[in-house]
Amino acid sequence: MSSSAFFVISELSYFLAIAVYISYIAFRKNSIGVIATSITVFGFLNQSIALIIRWVDSYHYWLVSNPASTFIESLLRGAPLRNLYESLVFFVWSIILFYLIMEFRYKNRSLGAFVLPVAALALAFIDISGTQKEIQPLIPALQSNWLLFHVLLSFLGYAAFAVSFGAAIAYLVMVTESRKETSYIFWSIIVGIFAVILIAMGVDFFSLSAAQREELIQSHFLKASFRSSSGGIVAISWVASIAFIFTIWHFGLGLKKMLAGLALTPNMLDDITYKSITVGFPLFTLGGLLMGAIWANSAWGTYWSWDPKETWSLITWFVYALFIHARFRAGWRGKKTAILAVIGFIAVIFTYLGVNLVLSGLHAYGS
Amino acid sequence: MEDKERTGISDRIWNFFASVKLTVVILIILPLISIIGTIVEQQADQATNIKLLTKFFGDSAAPAVYNIFVKLGFMDMYRSWWFLGILILFSINLIVCSLERIPKVLRVINNPIKPLKENVIKTLPVKKELSIKADLKKVRDEILNRLTASRYRVFESTEEDSVQLYSQKGKYTRMGVYIVHLSILLIFVGAIIGARFGFRGFLNLGEGEYSTVAYARKGGKIEKIPLNFVIKCNWYNTEYYYGKDTPREFQSELVIIDGGREVKKKVIEVNSPLKYKGITFYQSSYGMLEDAIGTFILEVTPKGGQGSILRLKLGESFEIPGTNVKGIIVDFSPALGRNPETGALTTYAETMVNPAVAIEFDEPGKKKFKGWILKRYSETGVLPDGSQINFLDYWGVEYTGLQVVKDPGVGIIYLACIIMTLGLYVSFFMSHKKFWIRLAPDTSGGKGYVKIIFGGTASKNRLSFEREIDRILSKASRAIEGSTQRSAGAEGIKK
Ligand code: HEM
Repeated sequence: MSSSAFFVISELSYFLAIAVYISYIAFRKNSIGVIATSITVFGFLNQSIALIIRWVDSYHYWLVSNPASTFIESLLRGAPLRNLYESLVFFVWSIILFYLIMEFRYKNRSLGAFVLPVAALALAFIDISGTQKEIQPLIPALQSNWLLFHVLLSFLGYAAFAVSFGAAIAYLVMVTESRKETSYIFWSIIVGIFAVILIAMGVDFFSLSAAQREELIQSHFLKASFRSSSGGIVAISWVASIAFIFTIWHFGLGLKKMLAGLALTPNMLDDITYKSITVGFPLFTLGGLLMGAIWANSAWGTYWSWDPKETWSLITWFVYALFIHARFRAGWRGKKTAILAVIGFIAVIFTYLGVNLVLSGLHAYGS
Repeated sequence: MEDKERTGISDRIWNFFASVKLTVVILIILPLISIIGTIVEQQADQATNIKLLTKFFGDSAAPAVYNIFVKLGFMDMYRSWWFLGILILFSINLIVCSLERIPKVLRVINNPIKPLKENVIKTLPVKKELSIKADLKKVRDEILNRLTASRYRVFESTEEDSVQLYSQKGKYTRMGVYIVHLSILLIFVGAIIGARFGFRGFLNLGEGEYSTVAYARKGGKIEKIPLNFVIKCNWYNTEYYYGKDTPREFQSELVIIDGGREVKKKVIEVNSPLKYKGITFYQSSYGMLEDAIGTFILEVTPKGGQGSILRLKLGESFEIPGTNVKGIIVDFSPALGRNPETGALTTYAETMVNPAVAIEFDEPGKKKFKGWILKRYSETGVLPDGSQINFLDYWGVEYTGLQVVKDPGVGIIYLACIIMTLGLYVSFFMSHKKFWIRLAPDTSGGKGYVKIIFGGTASKNRLSFEREIDRILSKASRAIEGSTQRSAGAEGIKK
């Protein structure tokens, strides 16, 4: 079987697992939890096979144009972390890996209902955005080991941050009491915005022809809704989104009721949020910032040039540094730090996708 | 004593800088403010940013907003005085805060570990209690052995009928965070040294050209920077993936001439620069020289013969050795392709994406014919009679764009990277562990039992400390029980 066949199986498994994790929370039967974990593990194994097959394929692909390349070099150049698509797939893989470790260590399955959706979000993004899936030749600047380790460690770090994000959202859901509370408004709006963007991309997807879908991210992002040329559609999009977010805000307290009485406690969620960040922070510092700087220096002779992407990774780093100091020294606990963990992950997403989608768009169109 | 009584102005300034509240405030302000510079394009020309501002503020207000932004330094904000001010504040905070705490932490580190009272041991966060039927001395020996095997340096105190074993490990890991903080300061030091004593310039060198200077932009002007040696570009070349117009490598061969002698020669590529006397040349761009007349470099190999290299200009002719076939160079295209509709040959780019040379061949008594030979596809150079012409280069028409950098701070930056990595590892993955184990005859249980009371603390990762201790204690108690049973059995036989 090909890499993509295994990948599709894993994708389906993850989506199925979300449903099963949620039923586990709803019905609280241990057997359902075991099934949820088994499906996740099954998906994970399939995705691992898909990754290996892809690695072998790109190894050969590299070797064809670089016959003189050594085994190790070809292996490194073939590592499936070479473009947006591959890095997102690896991101999903790392989230699941990290989640399974957490589930095992904390002997608690309910968190799956919060973390797997983050992975699913990334998967949905991959599918909708029509990112280039074929193996492509590496342009010169990307032929670097520093870059490879930079991407590898960054995404492991991002995966840890994703888990902390899921746990922080779950924490906020559990501890907020009323619709008027700032933290409640915060989490319902954030969840709402995530859903709205994904739905809007879905609308883009279905309004485009198959050929145009390949370019969704570069040229059609939100063009069928918020960025439409027709003022009416823009207005409708805003009204519909606000109504949608309002609905989440209005019915969100129901989620809290579902969670009450589970083995999942706010304390445990707080602990998972913090533990994930203490794993993510060193990985991201080393991989995201330091190795990125070293790579830039070896390729262009500048380790830091304040370009938007670099600046946003620094912003992300500051947010997590803030989390660490606020929690350890300024004595922040609970809701405040959970909100920081959520903001941190939004900064991560912005660093990775927003800079390319929003900021470069800002500078590009109209010119 | 005097220090503590002081509540004067200097003390208040010190306390202001030593506070972690200030850190929190700075860590909120820095990211928020940095966002501005990712939206407004930095160091860009006026038109770009006015166009951008129009999207937010409308046509009429944009130029005014632009002027305000320029005054505020937003157009080059990471170099503005107030952004540097925040970074300085940040550094002072970091230094003062560390200076304030390091002595206290050192005191904790150097404080020798002492035995504790039983009731204090019981209040420690990591605790265990168990009772074993065995001799006190045997329990002590076994536990001591296990701890030593796990590389704990164990102290012991005896008191009437009880024994206390206590130890600590990793006390210096408490310094981890200060290592991280130090590395951040080192990065600032490296950046300052680079900015003060280094330069960042560029140099475009045509094939065959040389230079003794590089250039740098300074406040809208272009300045010459002397290199004190000669740099020469032998050739520039873009390699492409087979069958695709995706570049595989950008390469230039550079030569350094110093004191009249050629001292260094290297083919540089992206990610593989040339370094000489602290100055590094990076491959950064390329382009076509204006109005340059190039030289065709051909390798001509008759069937079964030796290849020879020819250098020719447009319109010049040559003979294939050992035959009487004559070739004349009649045309050149930097990027030869076919028009997808008509199928006719066209030139589809100005740069040398797919260079091709047209040669007209003439053999007495045969019809003349013209053929295009492509540099990237050597199979196009096979002639009907089996001889081969390789189009090696159209030399002298391209330039290589070099980034010329001198940055004496880079070494410090790299050192800081290593130190930060170590510091993060120590602060997040290692911990300072302390514990006390009290062994005494168990008065509540039957005779011959020893009660083990364990209490400990870990500055991080308490869970793994608990696991480690569980493992040590359970191994020890199993070993003790095993040996007691054996000796009990032996006694039984004797009776
Ligand atoms: C963005 C840059 C910074 C980074 C990456 C950083 C990193 C760290 C780390 C990793 C820790 C250990 C946290 C833990 O115990 O888990 C820490 C602790 C600490 N940081 Fe920072 N730090 C930064 C800036 C600052 C600044 C500017 C100050 C100035 C006051 C500061 C003061 C402290 C203090 C007081 C502690 C606690 C140390 C202790 O427990 O004795 N940090 N920092």
